[in-house]
Amino acid sequence: MTQNPVLSINDLSIEFPVYKGAVKALNGVSLHVNEGEIVGVVGESGSGKSVTSMMAMKLLPEGSYRVTQGDISILGTDIIHASEKTMRTLRGGDVAMIFQEPMTALNPTRKIGIQMTDVIRLHRRLDNDAARQLAISLLKDMHIADPESTLQRYPFELSGGMRQRVLIALAFSCNPRLIIADEPTTALDVTVQKQVLMLLKAKARELKTAILFITHDMAVVSQFCDRVYVMYAGSLVEAGSTRQVLHAPRHPYTRGLMAALPELATPGSQLQAIPGNVPDLSRLPAGCAFASRCPSRSDKCNQKPVLTSIHEATTHQVACWHPALQEELAV
Amino acid sequence: MNAMTEQTLPTAPDIQPAAASGLGYFFYKVKKSPLTVAGLFIILFMLAMMLFAPWLATHDPNAIDLMYRLLPPSAEHWFGTDEVGRDIYSRIIFGSRQSISVGLFVVAVSGVIGALIGCFSGVVGGRTDRVIMRLMDVMLSVPSLVLTMALAAALGASLFNAMLAIAVVRIPYYVRLARGQALGIREMGYVKAARTFGASRWHIVSWHVIRNALPPLIVQATLDIGGTILMAAALGFIGLGAQQPTAEWGAMVATGRNYVLDQWWYSGFPGLAILITATGFNLFGDGIRDILDPKQKGK
Amino acid sequence: MAFLRMIKKRLLGLLLVVLGVSFITFAISHLIPGDPARLIAGDKASEEIVQNIREQLGLNQPLYIQYGTYLKGLATGDLGTSIRTTRPVLEDLKAFFPATLELSLVALLFASALGIPLGVISAVYKDKPIDQVVRTLAVTGISTPAFWLGLGVIVVFYGKLGLLPGGGRIDEGLTPPAAMTGFYLIDTLLQGDKAAFVSALKHILLPAFTLGFVHLGVVARQIRSAMLEQLQEDYIRTAKANGTSKWGVILHHALPNALIPSVTVIGLALGDLLYGAVLTETVFAWPGMGAYVVNSIQALDFPAVMGFAVVVSFAYVIVNLIVDMLYMLIDPRISEVS
Repeated sequence: MTQNPVLSINDLSIEFPVYKGAVKALNGVSLHVNEGEIVGVVGESGSGKSVTSMMAMKLLPEGSYRVTQGDISILGTDIIHASEKTMRTLRGGDVAMIFQEPMTALNPTRKIGIQMTDVIRLHRRLDNDAARQLAISLLKDMHIADPESTLQRYPFELSGGMRQRVLIALAFSCNPRLIIADEPTTALDVTVQKQVLMLLKAKARELKTAILFITHDMAVVSQFCDRVYVMYAGSLVEAGSTRQVLHAPRHPYTRGLMAALPELATPGSQLQAIPGNVPDLSRLPAGCAFASRCPSRSDKCNQKPVLTSIHEATTHQVACWHPALQEELAV
Repeated sequence: MNAMTEQTLPTAPDIQPAAASGLGYFFYKVKKSPLTVAGLFIILFMLAMMLFAPWLATHDPNAIDLMYRLLPPSAEHWFGTDEVGRDIYSRIIFGSRQSISVGLFVVAVSGVIGALIGCFSGVVGGRTDRVIMRLMDVMLSVPSLVLTMALAAALGASLFNAMLAIAVVRIPYYVRLARGQALGIREMGYVKAARTFGASRWHIVSWHVIRNALPPLIVQATLDIGGTILMAAALGFIGLGAQQPTAEWGAMVATGRNYVLDQWWYSGFPGLAILITATGFNLFGDGIRDILDPKQKGK
Repeated sequence: MAFLRMIKKRLLGLLLVVLGVSFITFAISHLIPGDPARLIAGDKASEEIVQNIREQLGLNQPLYIQYGTYLKGLATGDLGTSIRTTRPVLEDLKAFFPATLELSLVALLFASALGIPLGVISAVYKDKPIDQVVRTLAVTGISTPAFWLGLGVIVVFYGKLGLLPGGGRIDEGLTPPAAMTGFYLIDTLLQGDKAAFVSALKHILLPAFTLGFVHLGVVARQIRSAMLEQLQEDYIRTAKANGTSKWGVILHHALPNALIPSVTVIGLALGDLLYGAVLTETVFAWPGMGAYVVNSIQALDFPAVMGFAVVVSFAYVIVNLIVDMLYMLIDPRISEVS
């Protein structure tokens, strides 16, 4: 590949030690995000997608986890061995994060203005006034009608959509090269969700900021992402361009996800839930983690499949012994 | 899993495997908390002291020997002697029987009575419940130390009356706790089911509600034992508890006060015994509260 | 408005508490054996004298009339007459209250000044050795018999080292300051009496430490658990993800939010200190309400005990009210809405 990855994760495995064993949250995950690219990571709760995003910023509680193999690099910095000081300059500077819960992601007892200027001044040599001006223009970019008075408010005085715009403005405040967005719109109304996503995307394109977009929502991925990774039980099961993965899903799990989507279903056909449950991450099977729920499993599935290209001339990859044929799902 | 659990996922304690329950898990958590273990050891040590007092003591705790009064600690008298020549070490050993049994007795009495009243109040509901709870609120509004002292004084200075006073004053706390539990449990399916099967109110109280309200009550009781021992010692200190010549720690500190500047050991060792015992119960109580009910931390 | 509603609720509560307290103490003093008239008269007095005293005190009237009389007095600020000192109880308590309040406030100051940083450190280094030490210290504080600790510090700082006085409020050779606030520390300063100030300060150190030590644990535990709760919040993660330093997150984000709920607990501790002072005052011969009430209890002087209970409960509710108002002031979520 000729492009420069801003984020690359190689064969990463992480576990959380618990009573009598360990929760294997990530098992050999490899992914990368190129400059200016919007990349989605899709999966259910507990698939490891949030752990991936937290780990990329080294925000998991110290001592709660073990990295058993692999590495992460952001803009050439080795994250796993980076000092707290290095991480601090990265966080909010070159790499920003946007979180799921706009209701609680802002400090409830500090005014918006103070929270924004604090962060801006942490990374940029600006005086208070200049930081304020920057905050105002950032809020304007997010289509907030009255930025000056918004700065004077407390988070509880703003609606969820407004708060999320504030958080996005905050994320862009230091012209980051990468934004990690962990379910940024899940808590919002559908209409607000769409507006906020469009603002995020427009601003990212304008600044050539890459986004790692964590979500469980295939429909959002289809509107928003250039490429997508599908995650299941701490492993990647499918990867490729949004078009490839969404229009010709190969992994039975991805197909299951697609079939469960009302937005993408053919009118008249029945929505299908995937039978069974996500496996217990402390007792993962040796083979394919999806096997127990898979309609096309065989004895071969007792071995763990690796993510491989479906044929030589494509970036579309799948980790399955029995990938579906392309024409089976016509969307 | 829903969205709430997902958010908190990256902290290790929230992702215990499904097998994480039962006694094995309880002991695993206890072992991981050194302070709880320390508390448990102190409690066991003190209970052993109570049981084996006659074997542990080096002297007769009440034997007066005016030849050897107010002696400093030595090989013969480990913790020294008091103003009439009694061996302080032996008095502390035997005193554990008074001081610790006060704690256990008070908590047992106020806990059982309070739990019964509380469960009754919660299950019966209506006007009876309101009257009972109003009465408890009034009792709770009086500063507990003052109420206990006044009650103990009115009953007359003796160890038993002191225990009674402390127990009466503690009852409302258990009533409130048990009632809260009963209210919650009353709405649960299985109690409602018991009703539809024709179980009487009393049967419901005695069986389902009490059995289920038990864990939080036990936590509260463990935490209270330490406080009760302190309260009994305080009453003993101002002369409202045990009377001479009973060896009781609080009373020993009180008498030793007259000699404290020159014979520090007289007040010093009995007070230390109170401190260690109360610390043991409080450490253990804190620990099991955190294990059984992590949500209630710090309340 | 939320503010007025809160004040109204508190005042109503105050009325209930005073009624309850007086009722319970009244019940205790009358329903239980022990004859105050006989006590005042002494063992050797004739039955006639005892009868006389009984009449004087109204003790021969039916109980409900006695209670009614007491309540009527209460409404006009009359707490009855102390059997022991033969002075009006209110006068006695007025004389002793400032000393107790001063001691309690200094103790609270000590407990907070040490307890807050300890609680923060304990939360930040959760389960590390330092946390275990702070938690042990906190539990030890709660488990320490205050009277014994008082004796201990007297032995060390007065008996062995001779650094600090072993009791009282000010050197006997010095004249106490003229009462302005009733607090020696403030009055001596206002009157520019440096020697008296230093003496008053030296006198208050040991009792305030003794009384505060127990609450040090209460404060540290409260701050610890409030901090742990805040540190798990999402906005902490946001602050970290924005590159705020570890201690910046702790001190600028978590601590202010942890202090808000803690104000209640720490404020309520003042109420506990007021009557918790009972034992400490006894040990240090501190001329406050605590020593007064212990003497009254031992003498079965129930009018004095009732008066004390009423006054302390009253103070408790007032402290509650102040804490609530403070809470509204510091928490924007409440003050802005109202």
